[in-house]
Amino acid sequence: MRAVIIVFPGSNCDRDLAVALKATGIDVHFIWHKDTELPPSVDLVGIPGGFSFGDYLRCGAIAANSPICRAVKTHADRGGYVLGVCNGFQVLTEMGVLPGSLLRNAGLKYICKMTSLEIKTSNSIYTSDYRTGDVADLPIAHHDGNYFADQKTLDKLTGDDRIALSYVDNPNGSKLNIAGILSANRRILGMMPHPERAADSVHGGTDGQSLFRGMASALAKV
Amino acid sequence: MKATVHVMLKTGVLDPQGEAVHHALRNLGFKTVNSVRQGKVIELDLLDETDETDVNDMCEKLLANTVIESYKIDFS
Repeated sequence: MRAVIIVFPGSNCDRDLAVALKATGIDVHFIWHKDTELPPSVDLVGIPGGFSFGDYLRCGAIAANSPICRAVKTHADRGGYVLGVCNGFQVLTEMGVLPGSLLRNAGLKYICKMTSLEIKTSNSIYTSDYRTGDVADLPIAHHDGNYFADQKTLDKLTGDDRIALSYVDNPNGSKLNIAGILSANRRILGMMPHPERAADSVHGGTDGQSLFRGMASALAKV
Repeated sequence: MKATVHVMLKTGVLDPQGEAVHHALRNLGFKTVNSVRQGKVIELDLLDETDETDVNDMCEKLLANTVIESYKIDFS
């Protein structure tokens, strides 16, 4: 199993994500945003949290148009797996790979705290080690995590069981309490909470481990 | 040639920054403000031969996120 993590100027969760993936036995490589292709036979592309390009213009907008993202789009269109966390989720919406957009938090404040999340579906490699209805505690750390999409899109996400995670106590004004959504083929997950920051006992929580464990065991069967 | 691009959140999209500015104006005693919407202005200095439809493409591809934002271009 091979994963690559894209590194943009301003990414700051790239190493945390690598540590969490490596802990499950996945081979992890970093790739710079100016590169134009992914290495061959990549199973998973990770887009880490951070503040790519200083959040200039809109969060994730510049990163979404960087050279490597054309390769990530091709990977996604081919049915490849992509995990975007926090800024990574914003990049995926800016790329048009996932629907909707992440607006400024309704309370206008940057929020950095532990949140409780309901696993809305266990039907994805990312959530397969949880049960639907489980509550996982994961940290959030964002200023722009207020998920917005038009009603038609929200209905489709709900109807197709593509809401992966929702906040138990909505911290940022997200529509339908959405914290993470899946692509139509269920192979791409964008989520605002940080599972890689709750993946080791020294983090003060290990509820994120199941995400990486489930993913690794599912990818081993691919 | 210059182009000025005005980017605004679409109607119906919550604009918490605009609301905060509205609150601040009321606190300053300006009671006649019904609502505030905050957007951004992007100025482009362009070669004279620039095709105006290219500026439209710039907005669609990068300057605005049309999921949540609308834009208006003024050439001068």
